[in-house]
Amino acid sequence: MILQQTINGLTLGSIYALIALGYTLVYGILLLINFAHSEIFMMGAYFGVFALQFFAALHVFQGAPALQILGAIFLAMLGTAVLGVVVEFVAYRPLRHAPRLAPLISAIGVSIFLQNLMMTIVSPEAEPFPDVVPVNIYTVGSGATISSLQIFIIVTSVLLMAVLNLFIQRTKLGKAMRATSQDRETAELMGINVNRVISVTFFIGAALGGAAGVLNGMYYGSVKYNMGFIPGIKAFTAAVLGGIGDVRGAMVGGYMLGILESVGAGYLSSAYKDVFAFVILILVLIFRPQGLLGRKAADKM
Amino acid sequence: MGWAVPIAAIVAAVLLPIIFQVFEQYHLVHVMCLIGIYVMLALGLNIIIGYAGILNLGYAAFYGIGAYTAALLAINAHISFWILLPICGLFAAAAGMIVGVPTLRLRGDYIAIVTLGFVEIVRLGLNNLDVITNGPKGLPRVGETIPQPQLSMGAFVLRMDGDLHYYYFILLLVLGTIFVVSRLHNSRAGRSWVAIREDELAAETMGVNTTVMKIQAFAVGTFIAGLAGCVYTHWIGFITPELFTFWESVLIVCMVVLGGMGSVPGVILGTVLIAGIPEVLRDVLQRVAENLTAGTAATWREYFDNIILARMLLFGAIMIIMVIFRPQGILLARRPDIRRNIG
Repeated sequence: MILQQTINGLTLGSIYALIALGYTLVYGILLLINFAHSEIFMMGAYFGVFALQFFAALHVFQGAPALQILGAIFLAMLGTAVLGVVVEFVAYRPLRHAPRLAPLISAIGVSIFLQNLMMTIVSPEAEPFPDVVPVNIYTVGSGATISSLQIFIIVTSVLLMAVLNLFIQRTKLGKAMRATSQDRETAELMGINVNRVISVTFFIGAALGGAAGVLNGMYYGSVKYNMGFIPGIKAFTAAVLGGIGDVRGAMVGGYMLGILESVGAGYLSSAYKDVFAFVILILVLIFRPQGLLGRKAADKM
Repeated sequence: MGWAVPIAAIVAAVLLPIIFQVFEQYHLVHVMCLIGIYVMLALGLNIIIGYAGILNLGYAAFYGIGAYTAALLAINAHISFWILLPICGLFAAAAGMIVGVPTLRLRGDYIAIVTLGFVEIVRLGLNNLDVITNGPKGLPRVGETIPQPQLSMGAFVLRMDGDLHYYYFILLLVLGTIFVVSRLHNSRAGRSWVAIREDELAAETMGVNTTVMKIQAFAVGTFIAGLAGCVYTHWIGFITPELFTFWESVLIVCMVVLGGMGSVPGVILGTVLIAGIPEVLRDVLQRVAENLTAGTAATWREYFDNIILARMLLFGAIMIIMVIFRPQGILLARRPDIRRNIG
């Protein structure tokens, strides 16, 4: 039982961690809670469906499910990445020096807009996710099972996170991102093009969110215009749990939340599984407000 | 602003529903009641966000606590509306203090997240405590009713019945709230809140007990949410947990921020816009659709029907545009002019 719940939790946690990275990257640099991120995730799922329908219509990659799904993830990531940059450009950039709550309002405007866009042009009903990946179920240990879908989700997410980590630690642009998140003004004085760094941050964060959307659609077998909300706030919780603004914190927080949630649902009550997430969140905030991996920030004098 | 605008606004608020009623636009009277309730909520949240600068993303939870307290006590204990009204406010304020006391020591964004978590916990709790709250099916259960409030003075009995009666009662409450909120803003407490919003550390240095003042702001703000919840339950007569979501909280935050944080007329304007625009858009688009498509093919008709469905799409775009052009809100908050008080 505990093994089974851990496997389910790892799958769920992978998706949370990918979304949480988008929140934490943007927060780290702009100190902005990007509420439109849950809609980016939703759009990623739709882009995945569109890509698969497109492949089927053009008869490409037929008979090669791995290529189909990887192609769909790639196109969805590209689509959401561009969308993320556009959203930043339209809704956040004009408000860079506005009061702190103003971007929150435009973020909510973007959320309403994207949700209703998909509701209108696609359908208000749930759309089935094409089942291209064959689902094989393997038995692990005593009675616990893991499906090929779960393995795929976990492996893809871990790979994406490894690439992100390399990018942030090893490339020049990654270094610029770290510098900007430490101190935007000083980074600007050192010759870093902060606007470009912000665009790149949105590009990467949204791409990861889009990948999570496709994986989520695959896992649950359907996509819907309002599917982003609950995973969005859970992932946000995960980002806070790990220490918002901290990239590794978001990964740890995502997996922790996924596992705690599945174990809680398995042992206590599935009706209250969402409550655990928020109770944990509140406890963490009261006793360790900087998050598990975050550093304590001193008050500015 | 002189006296002309507020007086015009009050006259419009008093007369419009009668005009709508005479011209049989009952739907608009209903919308005005709803706007009234939202104005109360937005004014209450304005104390927390606009005055004290605490980002509360879970305000609908306190509204929900007021509404469910009213429904449960009215159905099971048959308590009169007039007694319930303050009780609901106190329950909501108590919940506000329970959330506030441990968390208001935290800074800024963290409070936003705790309140976000709280509104979800309340919604899930209401959904799952079937025995008490009837879960997602809502209250009252089949066969139960929430008794309508009535005023009796000797032989004269006025039963509150229908949107128009409720509208004027809500209007009275709104005017009362405006009075209380404005008086608070200019009081010692109000000045402490504004000081906390501007710079918490400086406020503390100047001798403001920031934690106590923040908890007070929370208590007053959530008390108003409780009142609004009680009135809403009695007016609508049926509530479900889905009315009190994070989404609802966010909309109320938008009303406060869009209109102009800390400014009472601004908050009212923001509320009228956000609660009213989707309704107006529906009417306007309906007319456009009827005129444009009178003789054209059915596909066009269908196309416009979709646009009417998607009026929230336009609403989202309008929100983005409004906040980009007026990031401080439509009306700016004025600080009380000290010189005038001396002079």
